[in-house]
Parts: sequence; C-alpha cells; structure tokens
Amino acid sequence: MTGSTAPARPDERGRFGRYGGRYAPEVLIPALEELEAAWRELRDDASFRRELDELARDFVGRPTPITHARRLSEELGYDVWLKREDLAHTGAHKINNALGQVLLARRLGKERIIAETGAGQHGVATATASALLGLPCVVYMGEEDTRRQAPNVARMRLLGAEVVPVTAGTRTLKEAVNEALRDWAASVATTHYVIGSVVGPHPFPMLVRDLQRVIGDEARAQYRERTGADPEVVAACVGGGSNAIGMFTAFVGAEGVRLIGVEAGGRGTRLGEHCASLTLGEPGVLHGALSYLLQDPDGQVVETHSISAGLDYPGVGPEHAFLKDAGLASYVSASDADALAGFRLLARTEGILPALEPAHVIGWLAHRPLPDGTRVLVCLSGRGDKDLDTVLRAEGGGA
Amino acid sequence: MGLLEERLRAVRDGGAKAFVPYVTGGAPGVDAALLRALAEAGADAIEVGIPHSDPIMDGGVIQDASRLALEAGTRTDDVLATVAAAGLEVPVAAMTYANPVLRRGVDRFVADLAAAGVAGLIVPDLPPEESEELRGAAAERGIDVVLLAAPGAAPERYRAIAREARGFVYCVATYGVTGARDRLAETARAVVEGLRGLTDLPLLVGVGISTPEQAASACAFADGVIVGSALVAPLVGGDRAGALALAEAFRAAIA
Ligand SMILES: Cc1ncc(COP(=O)(O)O)c(C=O)c1O
Repeated sequence: MTGSTAPARPDERGRFGRYGGRYAPEVLIPALEELEAAWRELRDDASFRRELDELARDFVGRPTPITHARRLSEELGYDVWLKREDLAHTGAHKINNALGQVLLARRLGKERIIAETGAGQHGVATATASALLGLPCVVYMGEEDTRRQAPNVARMRLLGAEVVPVTAGTRTLKEAVNEALRDWAASVATTHYVIGSVVGPHPFPMLVRDLQRVIGDEARAQYRERTGADPEVVAACVGGGSNAIGMFTAFVGAEGVRLIGVEAGGRGTRLGEHCASLTLGEPGVLHGALSYLLQDPDGQVVETHSISAGLDYPGVGPEHAFLKDAGLASYVSASDADALAGFRLLARTEGILPALEPAHVIGWLAHRPLPDGTRVLVCLSGRGDKDLDTVLRAEGGGA
Repeated sequence: MGLLEERLRAVRDGGAKAFVPYVTGGAPGVDAALLRALAEAGADAIEVGIPHSDPIMDGGVIQDASRLALEAGTRTDDVLATVAAAGLEVPVAAMTYANPVLRRGVDRFVADLAAAGVAGLIVPDLPPEESEELRGAAAERGIDVVLLAAPGAAPERYRAIAREARGFVYCVATYGVTGARDRLAETARAVVEGLRGLTDLPLLVGVGISTPEQAASACAFADGVIVGSALVAPLVGGDRAGALALAEAFRAAIA
C-alpha cells in the first residue's frame, strides 16, 4: 500500500521546511513522542503492513478505480480522469487514514478512540474502523455541522460511536478539533486521537500523509497503465489537505506534472467569507502546527465559511504550506457557487454525485483555467449523498 | 533572573507559599482595579491571560472568559495597557498561546510586554523544543519564560524543562485542561517530586486547584499554587466581591 520509499519530509523535528512542528501542550508530548516512534517502526513493519493491506482490500475495497470522465471531458475540452475515492467503503478517502490509525492505536494498547469531524466523513470512517476493530469511539462535531450533515450523525450513532456536539465558538470543525485535543489532554494514557487530516502536531501530518498516499500511488500506476503517461495536471480539493497530499505525494517533483490544490472560496474574499488559507492566509500556529492560517492582526483565528463542512477550516496541513512556498504545488480557490455548479455538472455528465468538497475541483475546471486538451487527473475524494440537503436547499428547494 | 523569579524565590526562601491568581484580560470584571485588589488580597504574582480564539489548554470557564473578552473587542494591547495602568508592585506574568506571540513577532511581543511592565510569560503550546527563540528574546528583556511540566513525562524531559525554565516551573497538577476538580489530583505530587532535585526554581502547582483546602494540600509539597477557573467563574458571573473574598481565602489557607 504505501510506496516503498518514505519521503524525506518532515525532518527530525517534524518540520516541512519552516512549517509543521509540535506546538502542543506539555501533557501531550509523551504521547506524541510515543506515536512518532511507533509509526516510524510500524510503517515498514511487515506484519502491520499485511494487516492494513488486507483490510484495505477486503474491507475498504481498494484499489479504488480510476474512471475516464468522457462526457465531462467533451464538455470541458480537457481529458479528465477521476480517482474514485467516493467508491471506498464509507464513501470517502477518510477511511484510509482512520483504519490505519485505529489499527495503530490497537498496537499501542490504547483502549479508546476519539476523533473530530467536520463533514462527518472522518467521523463515520473512524466510527467504522472502531466498530470493526472493537474499540469504543467518541466523535466531537461542531453543533452547526451536526445540523448540516445530519445523516452522518445518524450513521456514526448506528456504528456505535458517541457523537458529542461542540457548542463553542463557530460550532464547526476548528472547535471540534479543540475539544478533541482537550479530551486527549485528559485521557492520553488510554486514548488515541485519530486526527482526520494532515494537520495537528508532529507526527500527525506525517502519519496521515503516509496513510493517504495510497491514493496517489495507486492512481499514478493506474493512469500510466491506462494512458501510457503521467497526467499534466493533478488536482484535489484542500480542506486540511489529506486527500490532496495523498494524491500529490506520488507526483511531487515529477517532470511535466502540475499539482493544483483547490480551496474553498466560499462567498467572497474578505476574512470570514472563505476558507482559502493557502491563497489568502498568512503563516501562524493552529492545532499544534505552523502553517498558513486565516487570522486577524492579533493572531486570533477568524471564522470561516464554506458550503462544504469538510473544507470549512481556517488552517491547512503544513506540508501544503511547504509545497506552496517551494513552488512544488499551486493553490487556487473555487466558490460555493462553483462547487454547486461542479456538483450538477458531474451528476449530469458522468452519473456521479460528488461530495461538495471535490465538487470544488470540478467547479474550478468548469471555468476552463487550463489550456485545451490538458490531461487532468482529479481526486474525487468522496460521494455526495451526505450533501443532498445542502445542495437542494442552496438551489431553492428544487432539484 | 527577572523580577518574577526574584520575588517567587524570596517567598519560598522566606518559608512562605506563593499564591498566584490567574484572570483573563478583558473578561467581565477584569480591569486595573481588580488587579490591584488581587495584589491587596495577598497575591505574590498575578497571571494575566491575553485571550485567544483557540484556548486548547483551557476548560469551559476560561474558554467562556476568553470568548467574552474577544467579543467585547479586547486586543492584546488592551490587556497590556490594563497591566501598565494597574502599576502593580507584584510581578505580572502574561499567559497566552503561541499564535498571538508569533503573529506580532517574538521580539516585538516581548518588547511590548516589557514596556507594559510584564515580568513573565507562559505559553502552554510552546514546549521547550519550540520556545528557544522566545526564551532568548525574553531573556534579553528580563522577562522570565515559565515552562510547564506535566504528568507522565520521562525524567529526561523534566530535566530539560528544569534547565530551560525561568521564573518558576508550572507543575500541571493533572491530565487535562484548566477547570474545577473535586479533588487535588494524585499526579500533582508526582510532578513536583519529579522536579525537586533537578532545579531550585520555585515549583508551583496549577490546573484544577479549586478550593482553599486543595491549595493547602498542594502546598504541603509545592512552593505555591496558581488559581484560575475558581476565581474567573465568579468574576464572569458578575460577583467581583465573591472572587476577591475567595482570593483572600486562598491566601489565608496557604499563608
Ligand atoms: C469527501 C471529502 N473530501 C475532502 C475533505 C477535506 O479534507 P482533506 O482536505 O483532509 O482531504 C473532506 C472532509 O471531511 C471530505 O469529506
């Protein structure tokens, strides 16, 4: 599943260039050190790999296919392929990380799993992995998100997880992470925190990337097999950045391949109207790592807005900050309206209802930002069932 | 050695215990007069929070206080102005999170603290491995950067904390975040004992010290206590007199 060569990043101190690090309360440091040591050992451990690979195949349904989006390509004038993470069990890429981390937690002897969730996809994935491996699971979710992603709350509860609505602050993903970190500070001896993206203090951005890179490793091989070459553009949506890093890692530095991350542009470019941390933010520390951040002049983290709960986050994984500054990837944004248009376009042309998160990528492509005929590989990170209410409401109740 | 460390050492060397109340700057009821009243109530130093949007080490009471302060428009400079206006004789330690410090820039942040008469700085999400630059810059301004020591750390880690801390070592009493607890955690003693012998800095216990009795129990093995949520709760609830009476009771319990 993971590629044979571990990327050189991050360094010993958890730094991707200047970004990342371990800005964590003292009480969590021993657990973070233990986690780092365990992962550095287990990621190349044959028995762990076998266990994870088997579950990936038999339970998740990996490898997920790539699909040639012929009618979409015709309409846009590009040649578009989709990496179908929407077909992974539970309907998004989040399961790759959740399963790996819950397996790791069991190896560490932890007795309890906690997670945060925004869209609910990571919560569902973690609840699923916990059910499969027989560990109790608590999921923190902003109260606002429990409303806009109600079907996923029901799913988590059916899977045996306890869902705790978080009423602090913006009642969205950022506050859910805060609350999960507070739980972990109290429970760290017995509990593993399955963070849902390539964010958080070292080693989380490395650990989650290592577990998600299967997306790009598979996709690059599949794309080459089908077309005989690499794509010219690899595109993915960026919330915390895990599906994008998972997709990009196999391609970073590859000649002739441009990596493009699409952030949520929300409804405007003023602070508070979007979640475009990489395109509009400045370096700062949130949730244990230094990265691009949406913040005010005093360093207070600001409210964000996106139609998609999974992208509604003011920070972003530190490796993306590094890739941006190093010119190894570029980042753009797509608005709420673009995402809705992308959702409809993919449904109509390909018979696929995408999650609103990757619908941002389709919506961005629909503006035809690339030269005619460009060969594009898109990470379709999840399916759209969870978003039907939001989509229908945004379009005035009519379908 | 800055003023914070000098004072707390003097308290300890004089055979007394240090009482350090914490209040969130800009929260309801927290103004220069309150800081003076806390000093009069017998505080040996005062910890003043610069509110942050994402207080991950804080429980409900201080989260609420921080939110109310920010909603009222409190800026970092307002908190510093309050400290300066209080003109206290006892040292003040500012407490905030990494991002407000880094956003302003480490050098400017500590310069602004010094200009306001702040003597110490506590940043719970800057462990020793991430706070080197800050500790260097602060030392040049005579500001003591206090480090936290938490339960469950290996002896080498306590040794590193003991070596790099200034002012005092903030011994985190328990696993978890700030907020009231029914009892003084067993872990408090283990943290203090883990540090004794590694440093002769004062060792103060904080996080979850909720009653004067708990403070007295902690002072059986520690050099003092930091009391936050227990005082902030009545302040935010509008009971300033109650908060000050409680501060006096804490003082009396560990005299
Ligand atoms: C389908 C889908 N895509 C993308 C994301 C955003 O997360 P990340 O940027 O970590 O991939 C989410 C988050 O919930 C999601 O559910």
